[in-house]
Amino acid sequence: MTITDVPRSGTVLAEPAGQVTDRDSARRFVDHHIAPFAAAFDRQEYLPDELLEAMSTAGLWAPFLPPDTGGRGLDLVTLGAIHEEVGRGCSSVRSLLTVHTMVAWAVRRWGTAGQQARWLPRLATGAVLGAFCLTEPQTGSDATAVATTAVRRGGDWRLTGVKRWITGGQRAGLFLVFARTEHGVAAFLVPRDAPGVRVTPIGGLLGTRASMLAEVTLDDALAGPDALLGPDGFSSGMVLTGTLDLGRYSVAAGCVGIVQACLDACTEYTSCRTIRSAPLRDLQLIRAKITEMVTDVTAGRLLYQRAGALKDAGDEATLRVTLIAKYFAARAAVRHAGEAVQIHGANGIGADYPVARLYRDAKIMEIIEGSSEIQQITIADEAYRRSTK
Amino acid sequence: MDNDVRAQIHGFIASRYPHASIGDDEDIFSLGFVNSLFAMELVMFIEKNFNIRIPNEELRIDNFRTTTRMAELVERQAVAVGQG
Repeated sequence: MTITDVPRSGTVLAEPAGQVTDRDSARRFVDHHIAPFAAAFDRQEYLPDELLEAMSTAGLWAPFLPPDTGGRGLDLVTLGAIHEEVGRGCSSVRSLLTVHTMVAWAVRRWGTAGQQARWLPRLATGAVLGAFCLTEPQTGSDATAVATTAVRRGGDWRLTGVKRWITGGQRAGLFLVFARTEHGVAAFLVPRDAPGVRVTPIGGLLGTRASMLAEVTLDDALAGPDALLGPDGFSSGMVLTGTLDLGRYSVAAGCVGIVQACLDACTEYTSCRTIRSAPLRDLQLIRAKITEMVTDVTAGRLLYQRAGALKDAGDEATLRVTLIAKYFAARAAVRHAGEAVQIHGANGIGADYPVARLYRDAKIMEIIEGSSEIQQITIADEAYRRSTK
Repeated sequence: MDNDVRAQIHGFIASRYPHASIGDDEDIFSLGFVNSLFAMELVMFIEKNFNIRIPNEELRIDNFRTTTRMAELVERQAVAVGQG
């Protein structure tokens, strides 16, 4: 892949126009607007405004929202295919899409009529981008240990705390913040321009370098009277569970995209690169690695598609299948990105080929939206829960 | 109360916790193994199976403590849908 520098403003992103409605149109969009520039996005740790605007024009941000809120009512199986294609092109872009999807879904699922009227039309078009704020400097996997507080004062919700590693935080206009109330941990909608909100960019990441991470400081932030999203108390954990479920679904699809990108890069490279006058592809050890990639990309795709079909049917089994899909796909992405670097040899460690970026990006997927280790605990717990012994 | 609703909810809980014997009026939270994942599953099962949408104000722990309470919740929402 040729590395192309992307200016922070300009006209490099133009055609094709039109809406992204399925895998094919997503593929065309990604091959034109994203994949050729992914290396530059990564190097510059930045996504240009033109790309985000092109995604708005294409209706990419939240097409699953119902038409009366500005979406297209797209089914979640198709949404997964679109996120896979975006993940194939650039995991930083897919990461922004993931957290935005989580926020838009949460407002749609749990929001009051007033919250939905205020936020959904702008989330649907991407006029406002969402970011998911759970992790804190001292709290990651243990959501019950969230230290950020939310108190009601004078009718308004006030939030105090620090959220770290917030994907898309540099660009988001709406933060979905999890904070402690007197009843437990609840979800709050906090506009970026609320008094007391401060955003500090985080750079120098291992992977997904262009996902525009930030630290979000809430200093007695004035979130307003209707900031609470969904129930407070016992059921508030469901807001977090449901939102993370959709995030895992998107990450699972994106990881399948990473494996597909590894496969594409490796079949191309091994067809051109020769050893002892024969292409690398003739070596059986290379073919073994390619076979493993083909097998896992197919299995990973089937898993997230099954999870998506269950979501479309409203079937509760989707929660468990999505956990498995994300766990499988994240591990497969790390494994195959490592093999892709190995196949490329010295060329694999430089910036002239995409596999080094894919390798760094894949590692992030084993950490976000539930680390692989936490998911091992959860998946095993489910097995024991269902056991009759 | 519709015994079929109660039986379906009981059947769902039993399928998830086959090692436990849970009566219709037994507090499932007192058994200690209900987590947020199961709570979400329970809400999704009820909404899909009985074709209702549980509003936020009904998502209170007391409505989900027992099979009987959940069946009462289903009946209330079914009436609300019918009137809506």
